[in-house]
Amino acid sequence: MLRYTIKRLISLCISLAVASLVIFAVIEIAPGDPASFMLGINAQPETLAALRTELGLDASKVERYLSWVGGLLTGDFGTSYTYRTPIADMIAARLWVSLPLALYALVLSTLIAFPAGIYAASRRGSAGDLGVMGATQLGVAVPNFWFAMMLVLIFAINLRWFSAGGFVGWDKGLWAGLHALTLPAIALALPQAAILARVMRSALLDVLGEDYMRTARAKGLTERQALWRHGLRNALIPVLTIIGLQFSFLLAGAIIIEQVFYLPGLGRLVFQSISARDLIVVESVVMLLVFSVIVVNFLVDLAYAAVDPRLRSRT
Amino acid sequence: MNRNLILGAALTGVFILAALVSFIWTPFDHTAMDIPNKLQGIGGEHILGTDHFGRDILSMIMVGARTSIAVALVAVGIGMGLGIPLGLWAAARRGSLVDEIIMRGNDLIFAFPSLVIAILITAIFGASAINAIIAIGIFNIPVFARITRGAALSLWEREFILAARVAGKSAARISVEHILPNVTNLLIVQSTIQFSLGILAEAGLSYVGLGAQPPTPSWGRMLADAQTLVSIAPHMALIPGFAIILTVLGLNLMGDGLRDYLDPRLRVTRV
Repeated sequence: MLRYTIKRLISLCISLAVASLVIFAVIEIAPGDPASFMLGINAQPETLAALRTELGLDASKVERYLSWVGGLLTGDFGTSYTYRTPIADMIAARLWVSLPLALYALVLSTLIAFPAGIYAASRRGSAGDLGVMGATQLGVAVPNFWFAMMLVLIFAINLRWFSAGGFVGWDKGLWAGLHALTLPAIALALPQAAILARVMRSALLDVLGEDYMRTARAKGLTERQALWRHGLRNALIPVLTIIGLQFSFLLAGAIIIEQVFYLPGLGRLVFQSISARDLIVVESVVMLLVFSVIVVNFLVDLAYAAVDPRLRSRT
Repeated sequence: MNRNLILGAALTGVFILAALVSFIWTPFDHTAMDIPNKLQGIGGEHILGTDHFGRDILSMIMVGARTSIAVALVAVGIGMGLGIPLGLWAAARRGSLVDEIIMRGNDLIFAFPSLVIAILITAIFGASAINAIIAIGIFNIPVFARITRGAALSLWEREFILAARVAGKSAARISVEHILPNVTNLLIVQSTIQFSLGILAEAGLSYVGLGAQPPTPSWGRMLADAQTLVSIAPHMALIPGFAIILTVLGLNLMGDGLRDYLDPRLRVTRV
Protein backbone atom coordinates (compact mmCIF):
# COMPACT_ATOMS: atom_id res chain seq x y z
CA MET A 1 0.00 0.00 0.00
CA LEU A 2 2.87 2.36 0.85
CA ARG A 3 4.49 1.81 -2.56
CA TYR A 4 1.19 2.41 -4.28
CA THR A 5 0.61 5.59 -2.26
CA ILE A 6 4.07 6.95 -3.10
CA LYS A 7 3.59 6.16 -6.78
CA ARG A 8 0.22 7.91 -6.86
CA LEU A 9 1.67 10.83 -4.89
CA ILE A 10 4.41 11.34 -7.49
CA SER A 11 1.83 11.20 -10.27
CA LEU A 12 -0.29 13.72 -8.30
CA CYS A 13 2.64 16.16 -8.07
CA ILE A 14 3.39 15.83 -11.80
CA SER A 15 -0.27 16.44 -12.69
CA LEU A 16 -0.39 19.54 -10.49
CA ALA A 17 2.86 20.88 -11.96
CA VAL A 18 1.70 20.35 -15.55
CA ALA A 19 -1.74 21.82 -14.78
CA SER A 20 -0.12 24.94 -13.28
CA LEU A 21 2.10 25.30 -16.36
CA VAL A 22 -0.88 24.97 -18.70
CA ILE A 23 -2.97 27.52 -16.78
CA PHE A 24 -0.05 29.96 -16.60
CA ALA A 25 0.66 29.57 -20.33
CA VAL A 26 -3.00 30.06 -21.30
CA ILE A 27 -3.27 33.23 -19.21
CA GLU A 28 0.05 34.46 -20.64
CA ILE A 29 -1.18 34.32 -24.23
CA ALA A 30 -4.32 36.26 -23.32
CA PRO A 31 -4.33 39.54 -25.22
CA GLY A 32 -4.29 42.80 -23.26
CA ASP A 33 -1.94 44.18 -20.66
CA PRO A 34 -3.44 44.36 -17.15
CA ALA A 35 -1.52 47.55 -16.37
CA SER A 36 -2.85 49.45 -19.38
CA PHE A 37 -6.31 48.07 -18.70
CA MET A 38 -6.17 49.43 -15.13
CA LEU A 39 -4.89 52.88 -16.11
CA GLY A 40 -6.98 53.40 -19.24
CA ILE A 41 -5.95 54.59 -22.70
CA ASN A 42 -4.70 58.01 -21.59
CA ALA A 43 -2.06 56.69 -19.17
CA GLN A 44 1.43 58.23 -19.27
CA PRO A 45 4.18 55.76 -20.30
CA GLU A 46 6.09 56.41 -17.05
CA THR A 47 3.03 55.68 -14.89
CA LEU A 48 2.41 52.54 -16.91
CA ALA A 49 6.02 51.39 -16.47
CA ALA A 50 5.87 52.10 -12.74
CA LEU A 51 2.66 50.10 -12.37
CA ARG A 52 4.11 47.23 -14.41
CA THR A 53 7.08 47.13 -12.05
CA GLU A 54 4.82 47.30 -9.01
CA LEU A 55 2.70 44.38 -10.29
CA GLY A 56 5.81 42.41 -11.20
CA LEU A 57 4.79 42.33 -14.88
CA ASP A 58 8.21 43.37 -16.14
CA ALA A 59 9.93 40.23 -14.83
CA SER A 60 10.63 37.36 -17.21
CA LYS A 61 7.94 34.69 -17.78
CA VAL A 62 9.98 32.05 -15.94
CA GLU A 63 10.46 34.31 -12.92
CA ARG A 64 6.76 35.16 -12.86
CA TYR A 65 5.74 31.50 -13.12
CA LEU A 66 8.09 30.50 -10.31
CA SER A 67 6.96 33.34 -8.07
CA TRP A 68 3.29 32.46 -8.75
CA VAL A 69 3.78 28.76 -7.96
CA GLY A 70 5.96 29.59 -4.97
CA GLY A 71 3.22 31.87 -3.71
CA LEU A 72 0.54 29.21 -4.23
CA LEU A 73 2.57 26.75 -2.14
CA THR A 74 2.82 29.20 0.73
CA GLY A 75 -0.80 30.33 0.51
CA ASP A 76 0.12 33.70 -1.05
CA PHE A 77 -1.96 33.93 -4.23
CA GLY A 78 -0.77 37.44 -5.10
CA THR A 79 -2.70 40.69 -5.20
CA SER A 80 -5.75 41.41 -7.33
CA TYR A 81 -5.06 43.97 -10.07
CA THR A 82 -8.50 45.51 -9.68
CA TYR A 83 -9.23 45.45 -5.95
CA ARG A 84 -5.60 45.68 -4.76
CA THR A 85 -6.42 43.15 -2.03
CA PRO A 86 -4.76 39.77 -1.43
CA ILE A 87 -6.37 37.15 -3.69
CA ALA A 88 -6.18 34.55 -0.92
CA ASP A 89 -8.55 36.69 1.19
CA MET A 90 -10.94 37.17 -1.73
CA ILE A 91 -11.00 33.43 -2.45
CA ALA A 92 -11.44 32.58 1.23
CA ALA A 93 -14.44 34.92 1.49
CA ARG A 94 -16.03 33.40 -1.64
CA LEU A 95 -15.31 29.85 -0.48
CA TRP A 96 -17.59 30.49 2.47
CA VAL A 97 -20.43 30.54 -0.05
CA SER A 98 -19.25 28.08 -2.72
CA LEU A 99 -18.03 25.34 -0.39
CA PRO A 100 -21.18 25.13 1.78
CA LEU A 101 -23.27 25.29 -1.42
CA ALA A 102 -21.37 22.35 -2.96
CA LEU A 103 -21.62 20.36 0.29
CA TYR A 104 -25.32 21.15 0.69
CA ALA A 105 -25.95 20.04 -2.92
CA LEU A 106 -23.93 16.87 -2.34
CA VAL A 107 -25.98 15.98 0.75
CA LEU A 108 -29.25 16.65 -1.10
CA SER A 109 -28.17 14.65 -4.13
CA THR A 110 -27.21 11.70 -1.91
CA LEU A 111 -30.46 11.93 0.04
CA ILE A 112 -32.46 11.81 -3.20
CA ALA A 113 -30.31 9.28 -5.07
CA PHE A 114 -29.86 6.59 -2.42
CA PRO A 115 -33.53 5.82 -1.75
CA ALA A 116 -34.37 6.18 -5.45
CA GLY A 117 -31.55 3.88 -6.58
CA ILE A 118 -32.19 1.27 -3.87
CA TYR A 119 -35.93 1.31 -4.56
CA ALA A 120 -35.41 0.89 -8.32
CA ALA A 121 -32.87 -1.93 -7.92
CA SER A 122 -34.97 -3.85 -5.40
CA ARG A 123 -38.00 -3.69 -7.72
CA ARG A 124 -36.23 -4.22 -11.00
CA GLY A 125 -38.55 -4.17 -14.01
CA SER A 126 -41.56 -2.95 -12.00
CA ALA A 127 -43.52 0.20 -12.74
CA GLY A 128 -41.70 1.88 -9.83
CA ASP A 129 -38.32 1.03 -11.36
CA LEU A 130 -39.42 2.38 -14.74
CA GLY A 131 -40.70 5.53 -13.05
CA VAL A 132 -37.38 6.13 -11.27
CA MET A 133 -35.40 5.44 -14.44
CA GLY A 134 -37.64 7.77 -16.44
CA ALA A 135 -37.22 10.49 -13.83
CA THR A 136 -33.43 10.10 -13.91
CA GLN A 137 -33.43 10.34 -17.74
CA LEU A 138 -35.30 13.60 -17.36
CA GLY A 139 -33.03 14.76 -14.53
CA VAL A 140 -29.95 14.32 -16.69
CA ALA A 141 -31.55 16.22 -19.58
CA VAL A 142 -32.64 19.29 -17.59
CA PRO A 143 -30.10 22.15 -17.67
CA ASN A 144 -29.57 23.07 -14.02
CA PHE A 145 -29.72 26.83 -14.65
CA TRP A 146 -33.14 26.43 -16.30
CA PHE A 147 -34.31 24.31 -13.38
CA ALA A 148 -32.99 27.07 -11.10
CA MET A 149 -35.14 29.64 -12.93
CA MET A 150 -38.20 27.42 -12.52
CA LEU A 151 -37.49 27.04 -8.79
CA VAL A 152 -37.26 30.85 -8.50
CA LEU A 153 -40.54 31.23 -10.40
CA ILE A 154 -42.40 28.75 -8.21
CA PHE A 155 -40.85 29.04 -4.75
CA ALA A 156 -39.59 32.62 -4.70
CA ILE A 157 -41.97 34.59 -6.93
CA ASN A 158 -45.25 32.70 -6.58
CA LEU A 159 -45.09 31.03 -3.16
CA ARG A 160 -42.59 33.49 -1.62
CA TRP A 161 -40.98 30.77 0.52
CA PHE A 162 -37.44 31.72 -0.47
CA SER A 163 -35.69 34.80 -1.76
CA ALA A 164 -35.01 34.93 -5.52
CA GLY A 165 -31.29 35.51 -5.07
CA GLY A 166 -28.49 37.03 -3.05
CA PHE A 167 -26.86 35.77 0.11
CA VAL A 168 -27.49 37.19 3.59
CA GLY A 169 -24.17 36.02 5.02
CA TRP A 170 -23.45 33.50 7.76
CA ASP A 171 -23.40 36.20 10.46
CA LYS A 172 -27.21 36.26 10.24
CA GLY A 173 -27.18 32.72 11.57
CA LEU A 174 -26.86 29.20 10.21
CA TRP A 175 -30.56 28.89 9.39
CA ALA A 176 -30.68 32.14 7.39
CA GLY A 177 -27.59 31.10 5.45
CA LEU A 178 -28.90 27.62 4.67
CA HIS A 179 -32.29 29.07 3.74
CA ALA A 180 -30.63 31.34 1.16
CA LEU A 181 -28.65 28.43 -0.28
CA THR A 182 -31.57 25.98 -0.46
CA LEU A 183 -32.87 26.76 -3.97
CA PRO A 184 -29.37 26.94 -5.51
CA ALA A 185 -28.44 23.66 -3.80
CA ILE A 186 -31.59 21.93 -5.12
CA ALA A 187 -30.89 23.20 -8.65
CA LEU A 188 -27.29 22.01 -8.44
CA ALA A 189 -28.19 18.66 -6.87
CA LEU A 190 -30.82 17.54 -9.38
CA PRO A 191 -28.65 16.35 -12.32
CA GLN A 192 -26.10 14.88 -9.91
CA ALA A 193 -28.86 13.01 -8.05
CA ALA A 194 -30.10 11.57 -11.35
CA ILE A 195 -26.61 10.30 -12.24
CA LEU A 196 -26.00 8.97 -8.72
CA ALA A 197 -29.35 7.15 -8.60
CA ARG A 198 -28.50 5.37 -11.87
CA VAL A 199 -25.06 4.38 -10.54
CA MET A 200 -26.60 3.19 -7.26
CA ARG A 201 -29.18 1.11 -9.12
CA SER A 202 -26.71 -0.54 -11.48
CA ALA A 203 -24.15 -1.15 -8.70
CA LEU A 204 -26.83 -2.85 -6.60
CA LEU A 205 -28.04 -4.91 -9.56
CA ASP A 206 -24.46 -6.09 -10.18
CA VAL A 207 -24.11 -7.09 -6.55
CA LEU A 208 -27.49 -8.84 -6.39
CA GLY A 209 -26.27 -11.49 -8.82
CA GLU A 210 -23.21 -12.36 -6.71
CA ASP A 211 -22.77 -15.74 -5.02
CA TYR A 212 -22.58 -14.29 -1.52
CA MET A 213 -26.03 -12.76 -1.99
CA ARG A 214 -27.42 -16.15 -2.88
CA THR A 215 -25.67 -17.57 0.18
CA ALA A 216 -27.16 -14.83 2.34
CA ARG A 217 -30.63 -15.67 1.09
CA ALA A 218 -29.96 -19.39 1.44
CA LYS A 219 -29.08 -19.00 5.09
CA GLY A 220 -32.56 -17.59 5.66
CA LEU A 221 -32.33 -13.82 5.20
CA THR A 222 -35.22 -12.18 3.41
CA GLU A 223 -34.56 -10.30 0.15
CA ARG A 224 -34.66 -7.04 2.05
CA GLN A 225 -32.32 -8.17 4.84
CA ALA A 226 -29.83 -9.54 2.32
CA LEU A 227 -29.98 -6.28 0.37
CA TRP A 228 -29.39 -4.06 3.39
CA ARG A 229 -26.78 -6.20 5.17
CA HIS A 230 -24.68 -7.43 2.26
CA GLY A 231 -25.79 -5.86 -1.01
CA LEU A 232 -25.67 -2.20 -0.05
CA ARG A 233 -22.28 -2.43 1.62
CA ASN A 234 -20.69 -3.90 -1.49
CA ALA A 235 -22.51 -1.63 -3.91
CA LEU A 236 -21.25 1.41 -2.03
CA ILE A 237 -17.72 1.24 -3.49
CA PRO A 238 -18.55 2.55 -6.98
CA VAL A 239 -21.17 4.88 -5.54
CA LEU A 240 -18.69 6.51 -3.16
CA THR A 241 -16.28 7.01 -6.05
CA ILE A 242 -18.93 8.91 -7.96
CA ILE A 243 -19.81 10.98 -4.88
CA GLY A 244 -16.14 11.91 -4.49
CA LEU A 245 -15.89 12.96 -8.12
CA GLN A 246 -19.17 14.84 -7.96
CA PHE A 247 -17.93 17.11 -5.22
CA SER A 248 -15.38 18.83 -7.40
CA PHE A 249 -17.87 19.06 -10.24
CA LEU A 250 -20.37 20.65 -7.87
CA LEU A 251 -17.77 23.23 -6.91
CA ALA A 252 -17.16 24.05 -10.58
CA GLY A 253 -20.81 23.58 -11.63
CA ALA A 254 -21.83 26.19 -9.09
CA ILE A 255 -20.24 28.79 -11.39
CA ILE A 256 -23.41 29.06 -13.49
CA ILE A 257 -25.88 28.56 -10.63
CA GLU A 258 -24.21 31.38 -8.70
CA GLN A 259 -24.96 33.62 -11.68
CA VAL A 260 -28.66 32.70 -11.58
CA PHE A 261 -28.99 33.43 -7.87
CA TYR A 262 -26.50 36.33 -7.68
CA LEU A 263 -24.52 34.45 -5.03
CA PRO A 264 -21.15 35.98 -4.11
CA GLY A 265 -19.21 32.73 -4.62
CA LEU A 266 -16.16 31.64 -6.60
CA GLY A 267 -18.14 31.58 -9.85
CA ARG A 268 -19.14 35.22 -9.66
CA LEU A 269 -15.58 36.09 -8.67
CA VAL A 270 -14.36 34.42 -11.87
CA PHE A 271 -16.85 36.27 -14.07
CA GLN A 272 -16.19 39.62 -12.40
CA SER A 273 -12.45 39.06 -12.78
CA ILE A 274 -12.84 38.13 -16.44
CA SER A 275 -14.78 41.29 -17.25
CA ALA A 276 -12.25 43.40 -15.32
CA ARG A 277 -9.35 41.51 -17.03
CA ASP A 278 -8.11 40.72 -13.51
CA LEU A 279 -6.48 37.59 -14.94
CA ILE A 280 -4.31 36.85 -11.91
CA VAL A 281 -7.53 36.15 -9.97
CA VAL A 282 -8.89 33.93 -12.79
CA GLU A 283 -5.57 32.07 -12.84
CA SER A 284 -5.65 31.36 -9.12
CA VAL A 285 -9.32 30.36 -8.95
CA VAL A 286 -8.96 28.00 -11.93
CA MET A 287 -5.84 26.49 -10.32
CA LEU A 288 -7.74 26.02 -7.06
CA LEU A 289 -10.61 24.22 -8.86
CA VAL A 290 -8.20 21.99 -10.80
CA PHE A 291 -6.25 21.30 -7.60
CA SER A 292 -9.44 20.18 -5.87
CA VAL A 293 -10.33 17.82 -8.76
CA ILE A 294 -6.85 16.27 -8.86
CA VAL A 295 -6.65 15.86 -5.07
CA VAL A 296 -10.15 14.39 -4.80
CA ASN A 297 -9.29 11.91 -7.60
CA PHE A 298 -6.14 10.98 -5.71
CA LEU A 299 -8.05 10.42 -2.45
CA VAL A 300 -10.70 8.36 -4.26
CA ASP A 301 -7.95 6.20 -5.80
CA LEU A 302 -6.37 5.67 -2.39
CA ALA A 303 -9.68 4.83 -0.75
CA TYR A 304 -10.41 2.42 -3.56
CA ALA A 305 -7.03 0.70 -3.17
CA ALA A 306 -7.51 0.48 0.59
CA VAL A 307 -10.84 -1.30 0.07
CA ASP A 308 -9.82 -3.47 -2.90
CA PRO A 309 -6.22 -4.75 -2.62
CA ARG A 310 -6.26 -6.02 -6.23
CA LEU A 311 -6.11 -2.44 -7.47
CA ARG A 312 -2.76 -1.77 -5.78
CA SER A 313 -0.84 -3.94 -8.20
CA ARG A 314 -2.67 -2.55 -11.21
CA THR A 315 -1.05 0.87 -11.45
CA MET B 1 -35.81 -1.76 -33.18
CA ASN B 2 -36.56 -0.85 -29.61
CA ARG B 3 -38.80 1.79 -28.10
CA ASN B 4 -35.98 4.00 -26.77
CA LEU B 5 -34.35 4.16 -30.16
CA ILE B 6 -37.56 5.07 -31.98
CA LEU B 7 -38.65 7.68 -29.44
CA GLY B 8 -35.15 9.15 -29.18
CA ALA B 9 -34.65 9.28 -32.94
CA ALA B 10 -38.09 10.86 -33.39
CA LEU B 11 -37.39 13.58 -30.80
CA THR B 12 -33.93 14.30 -32.18
CA GLY B 13 -35.29 14.19 -35.73
CA VAL B 14 -37.88 16.88 -34.97
CA PHE B 15 -35.22 19.34 -33.84
CA ILE B 16 -32.82 18.53 -36.65
CA LEU B 17 -35.69 19.00 -39.10
CA ALA B 18 -36.64 22.31 -37.45
CA ALA B 19 -33.03 23.47 -37.78
CA LEU B 20 -32.90 22.47 -41.46
CA VAL B 21 -36.28 23.98 -42.31
CA SER B 22 -35.19 27.26 -40.68
CA PHE B 23 -32.68 27.75 -43.50
CA ILE B 24 -35.51 28.16 -46.00
CA TRP B 25 -38.55 29.06 -43.91
CA THR B 26 -39.52 30.35 -40.48
CA PRO B 27 -43.03 31.55 -39.50
CA PHE B 28 -41.64 35.08 -39.01
CA ASP B 29 -38.28 36.77 -39.45
CA HIS B 30 -36.48 35.74 -36.24
CA THR B 31 -34.75 39.14 -35.95
CA ALA B 32 -37.82 41.29 -36.72
CA MET B 33 -38.86 43.34 -33.70
CA ASP B 34 -42.53 44.12 -33.19
CA ILE B 35 -42.74 46.10 -29.97
CA PRO B 36 -46.58 46.59 -29.97
CA ASN B 37 -46.88 42.78 -29.93
CA LYS B 38 -44.23 42.10 -27.28
CA LEU B 39 -44.58 39.41 -24.59
CA GLN B 40 -47.56 37.73 -26.23
CA GLY B 41 -48.43 34.36 -24.72
CA ILE B 42 -48.72 30.97 -26.37
CA GLY B 43 -51.42 30.68 -29.07
CA GLY B 44 -52.74 33.33 -31.40
CA GLU B 45 -50.86 34.68 -34.39
CA HIS B 46 -47.49 33.75 -32.88
CA ILE B 47 -47.94 30.09 -31.97
CA LEU B 48 -45.32 30.08 -29.19
CA GLY B 49 -45.72 33.76 -28.33
CA THR B 50 -43.26 36.65 -28.60
CA ASP B 51 -40.34 37.88 -26.51
CA HIS B 52 -39.71 41.33 -24.95
CA PHE B 53 -38.88 42.77 -28.37
CA GLY B 54 -41.92 41.19 -30.01
CA ARG B 55 -39.79 38.62 -31.86
CA ASP B 56 -41.48 35.34 -32.75
CA ILE B 57 -40.32 32.66 -30.30
CA LEU B 58 -41.01 29.69 -32.61
CA SER B 59 -38.79 31.22 -35.30
CA MET B 60 -36.06 31.89 -32.72
CA ILE B 61 -36.30 28.29 -31.45
CA MET B 62 -35.96 26.97 -35.00
CA VAL B 63 -32.92 29.12 -35.79
CA GLY B 64 -31.54 28.49 -32.26
CA ALA B 65 -31.68 24.74 -32.97
CA ARG B 66 -29.22 25.43 -35.78
CA THR B 67 -26.74 27.02 -33.37
CA SER B 68 -27.08 24.33 -30.70
CA ILE B 69 -26.82 21.45 -33.15
CA ALA B 70 -23.95 22.99 -35.12
CA VAL B 71 -21.90 23.77 -32.00
CA ALA B 72 -22.46 20.33 -30.46
CA LEU B 73 -21.89 18.50 -33.76
CA VAL B 74 -18.59 20.22 -34.54
CA ALA B 75 -17.45 19.78 -30.92
CA VAL B 76 -18.15 16.04 -31.16
CA GLY B 77 -16.32 16.04 -34.51
CA ILE B 78 -13.25 17.59 -32.89
CA GLY B 79 -13.39 15.03 -30.08
CA MET B 80 -13.71 12.11 -32.47
CA GLY B 81 -11.24 13.47 -35.03
CA LEU B 82 -8.46 13.82 -32.47
CA GLY B 83 -9.52 11.40 -29.74
CA ILE B 84 -10.00 8.27 -31.87
CA PRO B 85 -6.56 8.38 -33.59
CA LEU B 86 -4.93 9.11 -30.21
CA GLY B 87 -6.77 6.17 -28.61
CA LEU B 88 -5.84 3.84 -31.47
CA TRP B 89 -2.21 4.98 -31.30
CA ALA B 90 -2.04 4.51 -27.52
CA ALA B 91 -3.50 1.01 -27.83
CA ALA B 92 -1.15 0.05 -30.66
CA ARG B 93 1.82 1.17 -28.55
CA ARG B 94 0.34 -0.06 -25.26
CA GLY B 95 2.71 0.10 -22.31
CA SER B 96 5.13 2.40 -24.15
CA LEU B 97 6.05 5.99 -23.40
CA VAL B 98 3.66 7.20 -26.12
CA ASP B 99 0.76 5.39 -24.43
CA GLU B 100 1.74 6.86 -21.07
CA ILE B 101 1.98 10.41 -22.42
CA ILE B 102 -1.36 10.19 -24.24
CA MET B 103 -3.16 8.77 -21.21
CA ARG B 104 -1.64 11.23 -18.72
CA GLY B 105 -2.53 14.04 -21.13
CA ASN B 106 -6.10 12.77 -21.06
CA ASP B 107 -6.10 12.72 -17.27
CA LEU B 108 -4.88 16.29 -17.28
CA ILE B 109 -7.74 17.49 -19.49
CA PHE B 110 -10.18 15.58 -17.29
CA ALA B 111 -8.82 17.42 -14.26
CA PHE B 112 -10.14 20.67 -15.70
CA PRO B 113 -13.91 20.61 -15.18
CA SER B 114 -15.35 21.14 -18.70
CA LEU B 115 -17.02 24.37 -17.71
CA VAL B 116 -13.74 25.73 -16.39
CA ILE B 117 -11.97 24.96 -19.70
CA ALA B 118 -14.79 26.69 -21.54
CA ILE B 119 -14.67 29.74 -19.30
CA LEU B 120 -10.90 29.96 -19.55
CA ILE B 121 -10.92 29.78 -23.35
CA THR B 122 -13.80 32.16 -23.89
CA ALA B 123 -12.43 34.54 -21.25
CA ILE B 124 -9.15 34.82 -23.07
CA PHE B 125 -10.11 34.62 -26.72
CA GLY B 126 -13.49 36.30 -26.35
CA ALA B 127 -17.02 34.97 -26.33
CA SER B 128 -18.18 33.44 -29.61
CA ALA B 129 -19.79 30.29 -30.93
CA ILE B 130 -16.44 29.22 -32.43
CA ASN B 131 -14.66 29.46 -29.07
CA ALA B 132 -17.52 27.60 -27.41
CA ILE B 133 -17.04 24.82 -30.00
CA ILE B 134 -13.30 24.63 -29.26
CA ALA B 135 -13.91 24.61 -25.51
CA ILE B 136 -16.49 21.82 -25.68
CA GLY B 137 -14.47 19.96 -28.33
CA ILE B 138 -11.30 19.87 -26.22
CA PHE B 139 -13.16 18.13 -23.44
CA ASN B 140 -14.45 15.53 -25.91
CA ILE B 141 -10.93 14.48 -26.99
CA PRO B 142 -10.02 12.45 -23.86
CA VAL B 143 -13.50 10.90 -23.75
CA PHE B 144 -13.07 9.39 -27.22
CA ALA B 145 -9.37 8.60 -26.71
CA ARG B 146 -10.11 6.62 -23.55
CA ILE B 147 -13.04 4.70 -24.96
CA THR B 148 -11.16 3.85 -28.15
CA ARG B 149 -8.06 2.75 -26.26
CA GLY B 150 -10.02 0.70 -23.74
CA ALA B 151 -11.93 -1.20 -26.42
CA ALA B 152 -8.87 -1.53 -28.70
CA LEU B 153 -6.69 -2.98 -25.92
CA SER B 154 -8.78 -6.12 -25.60
CA LEU B 155 -9.01 -6.45 -29.39
CA TRP B 156 -5.22 -6.47 -29.71
CA GLU B 157 -5.18 -9.74 -27.75
CA ARG B 158 -7.61 -11.45 -30.13
CA GLU B 159 -6.66 -14.11 -32.64
CA PHE B 160 -7.78 -12.30 -35.77
CA ILE B 161 -5.44 -9.44 -34.90
CA LEU B 162 -2.64 -11.93 -34.32
CA ALA B 163 -3.39 -13.36 -37.76
CA ALA B 164 -3.15 -9.89 -39.29
CA ARG B 165 0.20 -9.35 -37.55
CA VAL B 166 1.50 -12.68 -38.78
CA ALA B 167 0.40 -11.64 -42.28
CA GLY B 168 2.84 -8.75 -41.90
CA LYS B 169 0.45 -5.83 -41.53
CA SER B 170 1.77 -2.77 -39.73
CA ALA B 171 0.27 -1.61 -36.42
CA ALA B 172 -1.18 1.46 -38.14
CA ARG B 173 -2.86 -0.64 -40.83
CA ILE B 174 -4.24 -3.10 -38.29
CA SER B 175 -5.60 -0.17 -36.26
CA VAL B 176 -7.46 1.26 -39.24
CA GLU B 177 -8.53 -1.94 -40.98
CA HIS B 178 -9.34 -4.23 -38.06
CA ILE B 179 -9.51 -2.36 -34.76
CA LEU B 180 -11.49 0.69 -35.88
CA PRO B 181 -14.41 -1.21 -37.50
CA ASN B 182 -14.75 -3.23 -34.30
CA VAL B 183 -15.02 -0.22 -32.01
CA THR B 184 -17.32 1.80 -34.27
CA ASN B 185 -20.53 0.75 -32.50
CA LEU B 186 -19.17 1.87 -29.16
CA LEU B 187 -18.08 5.19 -30.65
CA ILE B 188 -21.47 5.83 -32.25
CA VAL B 189 -23.21 5.34 -28.91
CA GLN B 190 -20.71 7.58 -27.14
CA SER B 191 -21.05 10.26 -29.80
CA THR B 192 -24.80 10.59 -29.13
CA ILE B 193 -24.06 11.03 -25.42
CA GLN B 194 -21.36 13.64 -26.10
CA PHE B 195 -23.70 15.34 -28.56
CA SER B 196 -26.32 15.76 -25.84
CA LEU B 197 -23.71 16.98 -23.34
CA GLY B 198 -22.52 19.43 -26.00
CA ILE B 199 -26.01 20.86 -26.37
CA LEU B 200 -26.25 21.33 -22.59
CA ALA B 201 -22.78 22.90 -22.48
CA GLU B 202 -23.56 25.27 -25.36
CA ALA B 203 -26.76 26.34 -23.65
CA GLY B 204 -24.88 26.95 -20.38
CA LEU B 205 -22.13 28.96 -22.05
CA SER B 206 -24.59 31.05 -24.06
CA TYR B 207 -26.64 31.61 -20.90
CA VAL B 208 -23.69 33.21 -19.11
CA GLY B 209 -22.82 35.20 -22.25
CA LEU B 210 -19.78 33.18 -23.32
CA GLY B 211 -21.35 31.38 -26.29
CA ALA B 212 -23.06 32.59 -29.48
CA GLN B 213 -23.34 36.38 -29.61
CA PRO B 214 -26.26 38.49 -30.85
CA PRO B 215 -27.84 38.50 -33.36
CA THR B 216 -27.23 34.71 -33.64
CA PRO B 217 -30.15 33.17 -31.73
CA SER B 218 -29.30 30.50 -29.19
CA TRP B 219 -31.47 28.62 -26.71
CA GLY B 220 -29.13 29.49 -23.84
CA ARG B 221 -29.26 33.21 -24.63
CA MET B 222 -33.05 33.10 -24.94
CA LEU B 223 -33.07 31.77 -21.36
CA ALA B 224 -30.74 34.53 -20.22
CA ASP B 225 -33.11 37.11 -21.76
CA ALA B 226 -36.04 35.41 -20.05
CA GLN B 227 -34.52 35.44 -16.58
CA THR B 228 -35.58 38.93 -15.51
CA LEU B 229 -39.01 38.52 -17.15
CA VAL B 230 -39.80 35.07 -15.82
CA SER B 231 -42.58 36.32 -13.53
CA ILE B 232 -44.50 38.22 -16.25
CA ALA B 233 -43.66 36.07 -19.28
CA PRO B 234 -42.89 32.53 -18.09
CA HIS B 235 -43.31 31.18 -21.64
CA MET B 236 -40.06 32.95 -22.59
CA ALA B 237 -38.22 30.63 -20.19
CA LEU B 238 -40.40 27.55 -20.58
CA ILE B 239 -40.13 27.13 -24.35
CA PRO B 240 -36.34 27.28 -24.83
CA GLY B 241 -36.03 25.11 -21.69
CA PHE B 242 -38.34 22.45 -23.15
CA ALA B 243 -36.46 22.62 -26.45
CA ILE B 244 -33.18 21.85 -24.67
CA ILE B 245 -34.69 19.13 -22.48
CA LEU B 246 -36.45 17.36 -25.35
CA THR B 247 -33.37 17.42 -27.59
CA VAL B 248 -31.07 16.14 -24.86
CA LEU B 249 -33.63 13.55 -23.78
CA GLY B 250 -34.02 12.43 -27.40
CA LEU B 251 -30.28 12.04 -27.86
CA ASN B 252 -29.86 10.15 -24.58
CA LEU B 253 -32.72 7.79 -25.40
CA MET B 254 -31.25 7.29 -28.85
CA GLY B 255 -27.87 6.49 -27.27
CA ASP B 256 -29.44 3.92 -24.93
CA GLY B 257 -31.47 2.44 -27.78
CA LEU B 258 -28.48 2.26 -30.11
CA ARG B 259 -26.40 0.54 -27.45
CA ASP B 260 -29.04 -2.17 -27.12
CA TYR B 261 -29.50 -2.40 -30.86
CA LEU B 262 -25.81 -2.49 -31.79
CA ASP B 263 -24.65 -4.83 -29.03
CA PRO B 264 -25.00 -8.32 -30.54
CA ARG B 265 -25.06 -9.98 -27.12
CA LEU B 266 -28.15 -8.01 -26.10
CA ARG B 267 -29.77 -8.76 -29.46
CA VAL B 268 -29.25 -12.51 -29.05
CA THR B 269 -30.85 -12.52 -25.62
CA ARG B 270 -33.80 -10.59 -26.96
CA VAL B 271 -34.32 -12.96 -29.86
